[in-house]
Amino acid sequence: MSAHPPMYFKNRLYYVLLAAGGLVALAGGYAVYMMEHHGHVISGMNNQIVWGVPHVFAIFLIVAASGVLNVASIGSVFGKMLYKARAPLASLLSIAMLAGGLAVLMLDLGRPDRVLVAATNINLTSVFAWNVVLYSGMFSLVILYLWTMMERRMNPYTKPAGFAVFAWRFILTTGTGLIFAFLTARQAYGSALLPPMFIVLSFAWGLAVFHLVQTVLYAWNDKQLDPLISQRKKNLMGIFVIGSLYMVAMYHMTNLYFAQQKGFERFILIDGGVFPNLFWWGYVVLGNIVPLILIYAPGLGKTRCVFAASSLIVLGAFSLLYVFIIGGQAYPLNIFPGYEASSSFADGQIASYSPTIYEFLLGFGGLAIAFIVTTISVRVLNFMPQDKHYITD
Amino acid sequence: MSEIDLKRRNFFKTSLGAAALTIAPGILLFDVAHGKPEAVSSSVRWGMLIDTANCREGCNDCVTACNKENGLSGVNNTTNAQWIRKIEIKEVSTGRQVSLPMMCQHCEHPPCVDVCPTGASFKRADGIVLVDRHRCIGCRYCMMACPYKARSFVHEVVTDQNPDVPRGKGTVESCSLCVHRIDAGLKPACAESCSNKAILFGDLNDPNSEISKKIRSVTSVQVRADLGLNTGVRYQGL
Repeated sequence: MSAHPPMYFKNRLYYVLLAAGGLVALAGGYAVYMMEHHGHVISGMNNQIVWGVPHVFAIFLIVAASGVLNVASIGSVFGKMLYKARAPLASLLSIAMLAGGLAVLMLDLGRPDRVLVAATNINLTSVFAWNVVLYSGMFSLVILYLWTMMERRMNPYTKPAGFAVFAWRFILTTGTGLIFAFLTARQAYGSALLPPMFIVLSFAWGLAVFHLVQTVLYAWNDKQLDPLISQRKKNLMGIFVIGSLYMVAMYHMTNLYFAQQKGFERFILIDGGVFPNLFWWGYVVLGNIVPLILIYAPGLGKTRCVFAASSLIVLGAFSLLYVFIIGGQAYPLNIFPGYEASSSFADGQIASYSPTIYEFLLGFGGLAIAFIVTTISVRVLNFMPQDKHYITD
Repeated sequence: MSEIDLKRRNFFKTSLGAAALTIAPGILLFDVAHGKPEAVSSSVRWGMLIDTANCREGCNDCVTACNKENGLSGVNNTTNAQWIRKIEIKEVSTGRQVSLPMMCQHCEHPPCVDVCPTGASFKRADGIVLVDRHRCIGCRYCMMACPYKARSFVHEVVTDQNPDVPRGKGTVESCSLCVHRIDAGLKPACAESCSNKAILFGDLNDPNSEISKKIRSVTSVQVRADLGLNTGVRYQGL
C-alpha cells in the first residue's frame, strides 16, 4: 500500500465513485424502461396518489438547485467576497441538480417519448408549461453565468449575469410553488403561502447541499476551510432553517384556523399514520431541531457538526416533501362538503400508497445524475473556492 | 421520341396511382369514423341533469353501460380507469342518504384545461371537455387539478378497445360525454341505459330543450358550485 503515492489511490477512488454513480444511474434507467414497458401499474402510484416518490426526489432536486444559487447571489449581487469565491461551485451544483431533477420528472411521464410535444405545444395558462420555459431558461442562464466567471475575458459581465440568475431563480421557485398553489380544490394545496414557503425552503436545502459538497471537496484536496468562513456560513444556514420552519408553521397554522381544513390538519399532524411521524420526527426534529442544536449549541458547530446538520436538513427535506406531496393526495378530496362519501373510486377514504422499488430507483437515478455531473466537473475544471487570506467584508 | 412518351405516360400513371393510394384510405377512414365536415358550434352546450331521487342505491346500470360503450374493463382496483362511478353520500348532520353518479362535470372553466401543459386537455365548442390522446404526455397534473376526481390514468396496456374510443397506456382519460354518440345524434350511454330515467341529457343553451325547461322549473345544484366552474352536469335533490 505504501508503495503507491496517495494520488494513486485518489485516482482509483475517483473512478470507483464514478462507476458507483453510473451504476445507480443505470438502475434508474432500468426502472424507466420497466415503467415504460409495463406502464405505471408496476409503480405504487395509482388513480388517487397520482404523484409519488419520483416527484419527491424531483422536487427536492429542483428546489435545492434554485436554493444553492443563493451562495452565488450573495457573492455577485451583494458583493461578498467570501461567497463570490464559491459562486462557481454553487452554479455547478445548481446545474447538476437541475439536470437530475428534470430527468426524473420527465422520465416519470406516462409518455416521455413525447418530450417534443411538450416542447412545441405550450399552453400559456399552465404553470407546468411556464416551468418548462423557466427550467430550461435557468439551465442556459447558469451556464452563461459560469462562463462569465470562469473565462477571464468575460469577467466584466459576471455582475449582470449574476443579477439575471438571481431574478430568474426567484421566479423559478415561485413557479414550483405555484404548481401546488394553483390547485383549487385540494385541501393540502391551493394556498398563496406556498411559493414564498418554497423559496425559503430552497435557501435552507440548497445551502445544506452546498455544505455537504464543500466539505467533501476540501477533504479530498487535503485543505482546511478557514474556521471564520465556516462560522459565518453555518450561521446563515441556521437562519435559513429557522426561516423555513417558520413558513411551514404558518402554512399549518392558517389551515388549523379554518374549520373546513381541520380534518386535513388532524390527518397530517396527528392521526395519519406515517405522515405525522414523518412530519414530526423526520422533518421537525431530525430536519430542524437537531440541526439547529448542532449549529448553535456552545461547543458544537465544528466542521463535522455542520456536515451532520446539513445531512439531516436534506433528510428533513425528503420527509417534508413526502408528507406534502403524498400526504396531501392521500387525504380524501372533499367533493361533497358536509357529507360522508363512499364509492368504488376511494371517495371519502384515505388513499393507500406503497411505493415500489422502481420509483426509488428512478429517484436515486436522478441523484446519481447530479452526482456524476458534479464529480466529473470538479475534477476536470477548477471549482475549488479560492479564498483570499483576508476577508474584506 | 415514342420511347420518351411512354416514359412520361408511365410516370403519370404511377403518380396517379400513388396519389389515389395515398388519399383513398383517408377518405375511407373519414367515412368509417363518421367524420363530419362541419365543425361543432358553441351555440350548443351539452349538459345533464341528474335527479338523485330517481337514482337507486346499488344500481350500477350507468356504470356498466359506460364501461361497455367505451371499452373499459370495469375492474375496481386503484389503477383501473373509472369514467363514471356511483357515490353514496350521507349528510353528517341529518343522516340523509343519497346515491348519485359522478363523472366529468364538463365545466365551463375546467381546471384540467387550465393546468394542462401541452393543451391536450381541451374544451370543445359545444362544452364537452376532452383529452387529445396524441398530445397528452401523461404528467397527471389535470388529475391533481380536477375537483371531482373525474380523471383516470391508463396504468397498463389496454386491449379490446372500442374503435370509436381510442385509449392508450400512459395518457389520462375521462368521461367524454360519449362524444362519438353525440356526433352521431345519440344520447350518452349512461343516460340511455338509466332505467329510472335519472339522467336527463340535452342542450343547455336551447331554451326549449327538455333539460332547459326542467332546470328552470326545479331546484338543481352544481357540485362544488363555490369553485365557480359552471359545470355542465347539474344535480337535483342534493
